[in-house]
Amino acid sequence: MSRPRTQAEYLARLVPPSVAGLRRRSLLAGAAGTGALLGTGLLAGCGSDSESDGAESKTVSLGSNQSDPKPKDVIAKVMAGFQTASGVEVAINTVDHNTFQENINNYLQGKPDDVYTWFAGYRMRFFAAKGLAGDVSDVWGKLSGYSDAFKKASTGDDGKQYFVPASYYPWAMFYRKSVWQQRGYQVPKTLDELNALGAQMKKDGLNPIAFGDKDGWPAMGTFDILNLRINGYQFHVDLMAGKEAWTSDKVKKVFDTWAGLLPLHQADSLGRTWQEAAQSLQQKKSGMYLLGLFVGQQFSNDEQDDLDFFTFPEIDPAIGAKALDAPIDGYMMARKPKSEANAKKLMEYLGSKDAANVTVKNDPSTLVANSGADVSGYTALQKKAAELVGSATEIAQFLDRDTRPDFASTVMIPAIQQFIKDPKDISGLLTSIENQKKSIFTD
Amino acid sequence: MSDLPLIQADPAVSSPAATARKGGRGRGPRLLSRTDRVVIALMVLVPLLLVVGLVWFPAVATVALSGTNWDGIGPISEIEWVGGRNYSDVINIYPPFVPAVQNNLLWLAALFVVATPFGMFLAVLLDKEIRGSRFYQTALYLPVVLSLALIGFVWQLIYSRDQGLLNAALGTSTDWYGDPDVNIWAVLVAAGWRHVGYIMLLYLAGLKGVDPSLREAAAVDGASEATTFFKVVFPVLRPINIIVLVVTVIESLRAFDLVWVVNKGRNGLELISALVTQNVVGEASRIGFGSALATLMLVVSLVFITVYLATVMRENRK
Repeated sequence: MSRPRTQAEYLARLVPPSVAGLRRRSLLAGAAGTGALLGTGLLAGCGSDSESDGAESKTVSLGSNQSDPKPKDVIAKVMAGFQTASGVEVAINTVDHNTFQENINNYLQGKPDDVYTWFAGYRMRFFAAKGLAGDVSDVWGKLSGYSDAFKKASTGDDGKQYFVPASYYPWAMFYRKSVWQQRGYQVPKTLDELNALGAQMKKDGLNPIAFGDKDGWPAMGTFDILNLRINGYQFHVDLMAGKEAWTSDKVKKVFDTWAGLLPLHQADSLGRTWQEAAQSLQQKKSGMYLLGLFVGQQFSNDEQDDLDFFTFPEIDPAIGAKALDAPIDGYMMARKPKSEANAKKLMEYLGSKDAANVTVKNDPSTLVANSGADVSGYTALQKKAAELVGSATEIAQFLDRDTRPDFASTVMIPAIQQFIKDPKDISGLLTSIENQKKSIFTD
Repeated sequence: MSDLPLIQADPAVSSPAATARKGGRGRGPRLLSRTDRVVIALMVLVPLLLVVGLVWFPAVATVALSGTNWDGIGPISEIEWVGGRNYSDVINIYPPFVPAVQNNLLWLAALFVVATPFGMFLAVLLDKEIRGSRFYQTALYLPVVLSLALIGFVWQLIYSRDQGLLNAALGTSTDWYGDPDVNIWAVLVAAGWRHVGYIMLLYLAGLKGVDPSLREAAAVDGASEATTFFKVVFPVLRPINIIVLVVTVIESLRAFDLVWVVNKGRNGLELISALVTQNVVGEASRIGFGSALATLMLVVSLVFITVYLATVMRENRK
């Protein structure tokens, strides 16, 4: 038998065979699924097959992209909670986060797990419109504790719900309080103050802004926040939807501003992952880091209290500094789950207060979407983050979640990396993006 | 072979090859028994189906898809035909394409000019039966056993900016895999490291097969070592030379695993094969666009394959 891939699977094996007759078979099915995965390179669903003996199925499978140790542990605990509450077992199939994302098309068109982790935004609506997601509107009828903003973010183009939000995290400038206190740094309120602060940090021997873009997506966060600050939310959304021209002066100003800030960023960023960049913040080599709240995963438990953040400063007073990226993570259901009843039961549990409470207890780097959850366990950082998002006037999802995936991955990743490599030729770069955009946004 | 008594004695059970040779003696294939015909039919049909199903169908499908804008989702009937737009997009507005072609050519040039001759040189040295040649042979061949993906990881330990061996030894802080001006060379060293061993083994096998009397004759005529190699041994090894050439070309066209492991073929490590994968396999699913890239790659490969086949067939006719 293969080694257990998740903690839940490991725990499930401790159950005596007489109790876990079905479970063993589903594990074997899982092993066969892994074989198919290796053989075809597709993310073959490796959950439980429907039982041939006609007995009521007591399993449901979950495809999870939470491959980092901490979130993975949280998923296992949430699923254990579901198991206790419903008696239905969950086979968790964890795939590396980036791999999961890149294989999503094949995954959804093959035999996806009954329930899978995904994101709100364009990417959710895209799969819903393609008929690759199950309608969970009736589950939403049983959910409580979600604001309209979350419900809207879970709704497809046809007005039905296809998504259950679980957690979200704002993007902000993170820093270590101890470093800032020691040096007497003040939170910058404007771009000029940010530049001045960066210059001071350089003088003090720090990298002002940690930066890593080896995987191509983290720098999109920088683009987003600059665009939100300079041109505002509506322009950002229209730009992502392909309605605005990339060659406009507005976009050019974003890149010009970024080019001005680049000297403050950690050098050689194209060979560095975000984890390594976050570690430079953790090791007090960098002064601040624009990233999602998940930056906390790179800090040990007793360092969590030392982590603080501020929202990216205002650039244009007419626009203000109230919009931000706060991507929502959650769950979707396969279009044809093996057991629709169990899958919906799981979706309902995932949207419940109970699931949110388990998450709050175990993961200090995320915020739960359900407002009914008991958030007294939030750390100071989480409370502050929830306030920040609560006070935001508009919330964007993130560049690669707000636009077509083909545009984000084949055009924007190389384009932003090209910009970081050579920040001088901005208009040439924007012309190239615009030409490619026109060819991709055809329908 | 043909004068083996067994085959002479019983034409009914002779192998197809033997029969074919006998065809020259005036006996037609109608002498084949039913079993023979079934066997021959199977031997033709099975490989034919495999070749059509696994080679020709995907190739033709790729070419066909390259004229569409299919996104990999939904039935085939919904595919929209866009003609040559993907090709004009690839060439005119897709920035990674030109670096990818350049990198593929650079790859070919580096293997052809540096790695392959070096491998041949090592083979000649090892052929001299120097002391410990078995050991050197094994050591040089070792990298060939590793997959290129694994080689990417092995070299990552050497090239890593912050923890790597190379920067520690040189006292530098070069970002070997991240700096777009440097990383293609760093990767080429890793690829060459493997290629040298491969070529060495191929060539060594060829050298062992050279008739020693040729060298003796050259020595008697007073030819130097170098002259003997270039004027006598090298021309005799023509078939091996062609294989080495073809292997080099194939290796540089199919180069992919290494750059994919390093950074998914972005930021200075663009290769056509990596671009195809980025577009077709990833979340992007620009199947049509990716197929256009794949078709361009197919055309380039076909040029080399045609040259190779033409040479081999001319060889056979002689």
